[in-house]
Amino acid sequence: MGNHSDGSPNHSGTVATAGQNEVEKFQDPGIPPHRLRLADTDPKAAKRAERQVALLFGISVVGTLIFLVAYFAIDLGDDSSIATIRLQNALLGVGTAFAMLGIGTGIVHWAKALMPDHEVSEERHAIRHEEDRQAAVRIVDDIVEETGIKRRPLIRNTLLGAVALAPLPAVAIFGDLGPRPDDKLAHTMWAPQDGKLKRLARDPDGTPIKASDVTIGSAFHVIPEGLNELHEGKLNEKAKAVVLLMRLDPASLNPSPGREEWGYNGIVAYSKICTHVGCPVALYEQQTHHLLCPCHQSTFDLTQECKVIFGPASRPLPQLPIAVDDEGYLVATSDFHEPVGPSYWERDSHERSINS
Amino acid sequence: MSAASTAEPAFVAKTKTGRFTDFVDSRVGGSGILREFGRKVFPDHWSFMFGEVALYSFVILLLSGTFLTFFFDPSMAETHYDGSYVPLKGVEMSVAYNSSLNISFDVRGGLFMRQVHHWAALLFVASIAVHMLRVFFTGAFRRPREMNWVVGSVLLILAMAAGFTGYSLPDDLLSGNGLRIIDGVIKSIPVIGTYISFFLFGGEFPGTAIISRLYMLHILLVPALILLMIVLHLFMVVVHKHTQYPGPGRNDNNVVGYPLGPVYAAKAGGFFFIVFGVLALMAAFFTINPIWNYGPYDPSPVSAGTQPDWYIGFVDGALRLMPGTFGDWHVEQVWFGHVFTFNVLLPALVPAGILFTVMFAYPWIERWITKDDREHHVLDRPRNAPTRTGIGVAGFIWYCVMWAAAGSDLIATHFHVSLNDVTYWLRALFFVGPIIGFIVAKRVALALQRKDREIALHGRETGRIVRLPHGEFIEVHAPLDEYKRYKLVGFESPQVLPAVPNEHGVVTRKEKRRAALSKWFFEDRVAPATPAELEAAHGHGHAAVEAPEESKSLSH
Amino acid sequence: MKALSQKRRHPLAAIALLLMGLLLTGGLYAVATTVNEAKASTTTYSANDTEEGGKLFAANCATCHGMGASGTADGPSLVGVGAAAVDFQVGTGRMPMQMNGPQALKKPAQFNDEQTHQLSAYVASLGAGPAIPEEELVNGGGDAAAGGELFRTNCAMCHNAAAAGGALTRGKFAPALADVSGKHIYEAMVTGPQNMPVFSDSNITPEGKKDIITFLKQIESTGSPGGADLGSLGPVAEGLFVWVAGLGVIIAFTIWLTSRTS
Repeated sequence: MGNHSDGSPNHSGTVATAGQNEVEKFQDPGIPPHRLRLADTDPKAAKRAERQVALLFGISVVGTLIFLVAYFAIDLGDDSSIATIRLQNALLGVGTAFAMLGIGTGIVHWAKALMPDHEVSEERHAIRHEEDRQAAVRIVDDIVEETGIKRRPLIRNTLLGAVALAPLPAVAIFGDLGPRPDDKLAHTMWAPQDGKLKRLARDPDGTPIKASDVTIGSAFHVIPEGLNELHEGKLNEKAKAVVLLMRLDPASLNPSPGREEWGYNGIVAYSKICTHVGCPVALYEQQTHHLLCPCHQSTFDLTQECKVIFGPASRPLPQLPIAVDDEGYLVATSDFHEPVGPSYWERDSHERSINS
Repeated sequence: MSAASTAEPAFVAKTKTGRFTDFVDSRVGGSGILREFGRKVFPDHWSFMFGEVALYSFVILLLSGTFLTFFFDPSMAETHYDGSYVPLKGVEMSVAYNSSLNISFDVRGGLFMRQVHHWAALLFVASIAVHMLRVFFTGAFRRPREMNWVVGSVLLILAMAAGFTGYSLPDDLLSGNGLRIIDGVIKSIPVIGTYISFFLFGGEFPGTAIISRLYMLHILLVPALILLMIVLHLFMVVVHKHTQYPGPGRNDNNVVGYPLGPVYAAKAGGFFFIVFGVLALMAAFFTINPIWNYGPYDPSPVSAGTQPDWYIGFVDGALRLMPGTFGDWHVEQVWFGHVFTFNVLLPALVPAGILFTVMFAYPWIERWITKDDREHHVLDRPRNAPTRTGIGVAGFIWYCVMWAAAGSDLIATHFHVSLNDVTYWLRALFFVGPIIGFIVAKRVALALQRKDREIALHGRETGRIVRLPHGEFIEVHAPLDEYKRYKLVGFESPQVLPAVPNEHGVVTRKEKRRAALSKWFFEDRVAPATPAELEAAHGHGHAAVEAPEESKSLSH
Repeated sequence: MKALSQKRRHPLAAIALLLMGLLLTGGLYAVATTVNEAKASTTTYSANDTEEGGKLFAANCATCHGMGASGTADGPSLVGVGAAAVDFQVGTGRMPMQMNGPQALKKPAQFNDEQTHQLSAYVASLGAGPAIPEEELVNGGGDAAAGGELFRTNCAMCHNAAAAGGALTRGKFAPALADVSGKHIYEAMVTGPQNMPVFSDSNITPEGKKDIITFLKQIESTGSPGGADLGSLGPVAEGLFVWVAGLGVIIAFTIWLTSRTS
């Protein structure tokens, strides 16, 4: 009895079920007979269930009291210790949990053990009735007719036009949610100001770094000098300007033509902002010379000018050209030669305009 | 005191509650509603409760969230912390983070409320997800419930939006880096990405506007939309009445269960308190989002293990899985002087796009393939719809692979394997996993059907071995009663629907495609046992376990 | 010769000379600071310590690090790594390594305190390097808030904001810092064991290191105010918990709720 043979599809456009061999189907025996619970037959069991429900409600009362005691008896004061807060949090939680679970389990136990548990069957009704449908269709037709919209295309067309245009102001007012991007993303604080090269400073305290401070194997988290003194837009500038400064054996660096002078004696500075979606790429492995982004695991090889060797980033990290000023401090000789951080639509044209 | 109804002036309510109801009714006229709902029947099954879990979590979110708004200040202005938490004393931070810390350390019960709110948020989305899986695997999305499936899917997206906007509010390091990732994804959008980013953040990232903007979305717009959708969702549940699992006495024309009043109302009402209690326990003993660990947002630091909350995890995982370069070929391309950041765009949009599109469209896809336009109120047991179950499992596994990828670093450290290897394996599973999942799930479903057949025809194995007079050992099988048997045999087993010519007598290409899909859908099937087979099985005696259905168990 | 004198007059010559000068001062400065570090220690080594250490080294370490600790293909040279590096690596059981792997793992120390002291003495005698820090720098008592800021900037990306550890590339990882002594944390910072960068005193001052240790000890001793911290692993642990424990308990309740009482 293969099922392809008896699967004739000519059944009112619906799936062929075992419809044609109805006789072969098991008949629905109907709802199984009702089985009595212990509490239905034994008054003692019913009484016991009743006491259990009352006990659960009682537990709820205790929970509420625990909450109130924990709330009022434990004073957080001005300098509360972590242990006090933990204790209060736990007691408030336990109190609430008892109060809620007591009521909840009590009601449910009541319903399960004592309320009638006869399963009943209710007929489903059609979602709509044919006469309703016809009446509704007639009403819609009448409404459309009475507006006369079909007979007066001028009204219809101008209305459509007006309605189509009306939301435009709503879109337009969103234009003031923020300033235009212009080329803000293309520049950072590292650009020399009034001919003065910016020193590299420690994050977060802002003290400048001497080349001699940077020993082989070390990594400095760097911000531009003067960043901490900014009053407005400090985080905006920081979000673009943060740099990781590392020193490795100069022999292991392989600068490409034109970038030989961007480091200083094995000290190199790279943007800390991932070219993928902008997390700080701050994990420096001093032996493998790999930089790893903790968010999406893009891995950059410092010895290949931070080329991507693993993960979702597609571009190398931008390098900050650095040198040493006459006091021995590290300075940025120019801004980055490309926009830092994640890619954006205008990025390439910004890069070209920086380098032209 | 007399009833509102003029037809039966003699009717007087028996209880106080009844008299009160009567009082209200005579003024607002709700007796019709009560008459309709008071004894409305709801089927009872544990898997029907997840929608309620979601609803109750939402109520708890509203309650705890309201408390939090009394103390939270969404300003990004700078301030210095002067609260009780010593390791942050004097640290420069935003007012938003400061007020979140104050809620945690200096407002009595504030930490508890924060933890309840956040646990409830995670549970809210999780219960929606489980609810949708239940609806999918039991076929509850079929006519007439397709639109409600869509409303539910919208609710899932809104729940994720509510969660994400809330996740960012404390302005801590973790959520700040999350926002930065979002900013990076937005910037990758062609043409308008940079503008959207600037408009959203009120200028450059991070700016000083984003927290208060997200706050408005989080406490006003998104919850309002969720409420609206919940109303629609529940309205349709009432119109359709609840589905029920197949079984004796249950069919598409009735609904078998407990009346709303009192049993079902008591259980559902009590369940709210239970959900609240469970969340309170979690908040009492388990830390969630310890913002004091992360510190204030600052664009320079980042913490290992920076991840979004679980429901955004699959997008983050997809971002991690996508390689940015293939050898020396860069996935990011510059065409006509403009940047196409495919290494971000593809993983951020494509998997989520496919998941949600298929999710929204699935009721119509299946309806088109099966040509099944009837109303269904009796659910399918997942094993009785093997192909659908396979599709569901495939999608679920696909999701889980991306989800797991969001924790690839933690998988690496906790199982002492290489982070890179985890990524390579997950990349492979991203493609292979769903296929294996489909095949295995479908085979398991068919095997379970066969087991059902066997039990229906031969009864349950009792584990009792009996030696027959001629020396043969057999295991005694206990026959089923007719109710239990009907549960195993009383289902529809649709079959392949070959291509049918249209009214012009032509078999269109679309129809041919549909027929091919129909074949894929229903080719493998196990026919439900029939009374004749049962008769035959009994004829063979209990020893004959395997023989009779051998020929018809699975035919191709 | 003529070529050389021409080069000397080259406009870049001045810059080159300047650079060389700076390099020289920088190098001297670096030596000076490390000498300072070495002086900072109160630990003193007797000649006997050094001698005993030399014997221990030859027997246990020289296979990889070479005789005289000059390094082989299997292990780096230890000349100039200082006593702090030995005290950290041996004191935490990382050295001697059990087997070659992505990184040396922490395990029960193989040498007792005295032997570790002798090994340190021997390696310190080979060349100046970071010394074992003074007691008062590693016992806390600094500014936890300042330490927290330094920790988040310099350490949290690998070790996690709550010092719960994190993954590095190809099977390497940054360990969790709970239960690590202040001394070993300090030594790790100044020596940069394995792939950890070096945080010399010119990068993070001894005072700053003291603050970091204070911060770590403080968060470790107080614990989380919200209850169990789920490993301080962030949203992944929280998501897992809500799916397994949260939904698990809820499902148990739903099954009870819809089951029939006997």
